[in-house]
Amino acid sequence: MLRFLLNRITQIVVLLIIVSIIGFFILNLIPGGPLAQYALDPGMTQDDIERLKEQLGLNRPIYVQYLDWAWRLVRGDWGHSFRDGAPVLDVIGGHMFATLLLMGTSTAIAIAVGTWVGIRGATHRYSTFDHVATIGAMIALSIPTFWFGLVGIYIFSLQLGWLPAGNMYTVGEESVLDYLHHLIMPSIVLALVHIAVWSRYMRTATLDVINQDFVKTARAKGLSERRILMKHVVGNALLPMITLAGMQLPSLLTGALVTETVFTWPGMGRLFLDSISYGDYPVVMGLLMFSAILVIFGNLLADIAVAIVDPRIRLS
Amino acid sequence: MPRDEKGVYRLIKSVEPESSGPLALSVRNLTVALPKGMDRIHAVENISFDLERSKILCIIGESGSGKSVSANAIMGLLPKALRVTSGTIELDGIDVTDIPPAKLRDLRGRVVSMIFQDPLSALNPLMTVGAQVEEVMAAHNVGSPQSRRDRALALLTEVGLPDPEVMYHQYPFRLSGGQRQRVMIAMALALEPTILIADEPTTALDVTTQAQILELIREIQRRKGMSVMFITHDFGVVAQIADDVVVMEKGHIVERGTAQDVLESPKHPYTRQLIAAIPRLRYEDRDTPEATSETSRLLQVEGLMKTYRTARGLFQRQRVVKAVNDVSFELAHGRTLGIVGESGSGKSSLGRVLIKLLDNDGGAILFEGRDIAALSEREFRPLRAQVQMIFQDPFASLNPRATIGHSLTVGPIAHGMSRDAARTDAMALLEHVGLDPGAYDRYPHEFSGGQRQRVGIARALMFKPKLLIADEAVSALDVSIQAQILQLLDQIQRETGVAMIFITHDLRVASQICDEIAVMQKGRIVEHGPPSHIFMAPQADYTRELVAAIPGRRAGQAEAAQTGAKQ
Repeated sequence: MLRFLLNRITQIVVLLIIVSIIGFFILNLIPGGPLAQYALDPGMTQDDIERLKEQLGLNRPIYVQYLDWAWRLVRGDWGHSFRDGAPVLDVIGGHMFATLLLMGTSTAIAIAVGTWVGIRGATHRYSTFDHVATIGAMIALSIPTFWFGLVGIYIFSLQLGWLPAGNMYTVGEESVLDYLHHLIMPSIVLALVHIAVWSRYMRTATLDVINQDFVKTARAKGLSERRILMKHVVGNALLPMITLAGMQLPSLLTGALVTETVFTWPGMGRLFLDSISYGDYPVVMGLLMFSAILVIFGNLLADIAVAIVDPRIRLS
Repeated sequence: MPRDEKGVYRLIKSVEPESSGPLALSVRNLTVALPKGMDRIHAVENISFDLERSKILCIIGESGSGKSVSANAIMGLLPKALRVTSGTIELDGIDVTDIPPAKLRDLRGRVVSMIFQDPLSALNPLMTVGAQVEEVMAAHNVGSPQSRRDRALALLTEVGLPDPEVMYHQYPFRLSGGQRQRVMIAMALALEPTILIADEPTTALDVTTQAQILELIREIQRRKGMSVMFITHDFGVVAQIADDVVVMEKGHIVERGTAQDVLESPKHPYTRQLIAAIPRLRYEDRDTPEATSETSRLLQVEGLMKTYRTARGLFQRQRVVKAVNDVSFELAHGRTLGIVGESGSGKSSLGRVLIKLLDNDGGAILFEGRDIAALSEREFRPLRAQVQMIFQDPFASLNPRATIGHSLTVGPIAHGMSRDAARTDAMALLEHVGLDPGAYDRYPHEFSGGQRQRVGIARALMFKPKLLIADEAVSALDVSIQAQILQLLDQIQRETGVAMIFITHDLRVASQICDEIAVMQKGRIVEHGPPSHIFMAPQADYTRELVAAIPGRRAGQAEAAQTGAKQ
């Protein structure tokens, strides 16, 4: 186990280095660099911009900039925002809660609903339910998330007035209920595509297990269909899904990027877009590294979870 | 509390039969329809048979005969595509063909239990052995958690599992095939059912394990007076345990009677054909020419080693398995060496090392005097054509998307043969192995298992090899097909003088086709000699054990003695 962990940690470090190099160099390929926005500012002379470059260390060769940035990162200094000089970690930290809240809720919805739809589709194969679920999944997969968001806002906020159209809370009234009220629409919209993916995989996994010999054994033992499903089918069908959950994390993050924009959710996704348009390179790099770590961590967690659940992996 | 002879407390009294008629199971005019588009309309048609109380009834037939369908119909476990269209099935006096599902569920596990062919997949991998045994009792609301636990432990003891306390907490993947089948039996016995249905329960097991499981089933059946319906394709098994026999062919019962009658004086031609096809131990050696001169030697293997190592963990010691351990033998042109052993004996590893699919860790393989073990892949490539392999699974070893012709010619063309010559050769070979040359343009799925194996043999022969390695080449086939393929291999060897290494777990098959047999155990050859020596006067303990475990051996031996006396 320790060897496994050491191995994985080495892999993670190498992966992070590669991600950071690619991210850093691509970011610096953008014409004009981080100070491009000042070029049109009549209040800034060429000298001012040069001085700023000098100050921020942007006049050094790019690899020196990278090594300097990386070395600071290793020591825990993620740099300062170009926008307001706040430490990058503080900026990210201020937006992290919103994103994790949204992602966590919609993951829970996606797994719960997707699992149920998948199992029911498999046990009632070719039924009306199964057909509707299949068509529904195709629709959810083929229509972009932002469209669902806009339609949701139009119907439930503008027409019906049931749900708020955006933001995470009403200013001045920050109760748990208020948070939940704001959370409903974005989390469901973000979950839709994942319900579709999850239910399709779950349906296939369940069908695989249903045809296994040990399910027939369970039936020959005289167990009820319900017990066979709960005790023998679902557990075995969920095994491959754990790995899938780990792999879906990145797409959840990108989904959050869109959803947060549509619902003006104050999370990392919006911060990312804002920081790119501001040329706030330290924050963009920080977010890149942060999400890379999140994704890697999610996959590691999935692997550990599989090892815990599956005795064949745990005990050998 | 009553104790049985093994000293195990019996927690549950034998379930009283719900009716005390003489029949435990009675099937009348049963017809099960197949979905449209299959090769016939009914899986079984209008079959009737009875299982008497405290008897063992064997249903015998080849694949597709409808024997498993009958068993599943009795349990109510038919797949949805199959329907019982007419007939009745009386289990202990209760007609189960049209009772509500809940009532049928109540009978399953309590009045009638079932064990299956493949013990590796018949247990839930995520549940402990103990939990799975207890589950039967919990499902029928028998006992308390504590009494169920005690009963499960008693059952694990009863079926002869070592360390029941440890076994109880084990997950199935830790158990061998034989142990898992014992767990299945423990589960089936938990509620002391009147009837046990066993669907080929020993087919997937090694001979020695098969013998043990058969013995266990018979012993339990006698002790508890249970009625057993035993499905098999092996007349050897029938000879060993059956009281009564029903022979099935293509969904019909063609013969029935007591085991003795059917075995000794079979009436229906199909039964005779099946009995004739049983691979029997041949006690006399083959009449192929003895290898004498040095020049006739094709292959010489000296001190061959193959070791598998597991990755070394921080807390785990590295495990080293010597799959092939100091193996030496010689093989002459035109002769066959049998490599016989149980799973894990290293016989397949040996085959793979010989054809250089695996690298060896020591020793030499002299092919026509040249050590091929030392050759690099590039140096060996020209020789590859001369050593060909026939694989076990005729379904998996042919590319389903390639025509038979393509599968046959792609290798020789890669080795420089012209397209036309390859085509002509392939056509001739197809005819030679007993297939229509028209097979050339067809796809594997259009052929039966036996026909595919013929294609596999033709594919190997395309290269005009000097050595054929057949790894369990007939194990996946029905007995009657087995006999045909063995005959074909024999004929081809006599015509072409190809040498053969025949790897098998079945001593009876080995005795049919081999000039010499090497018995392998744990990577070593423990005994080596002509079949007459191996079977009549085995020297090593392990060989004796293997020979003693051959099902139906006694019947075969008596027959051999008879024919011997006549001569």
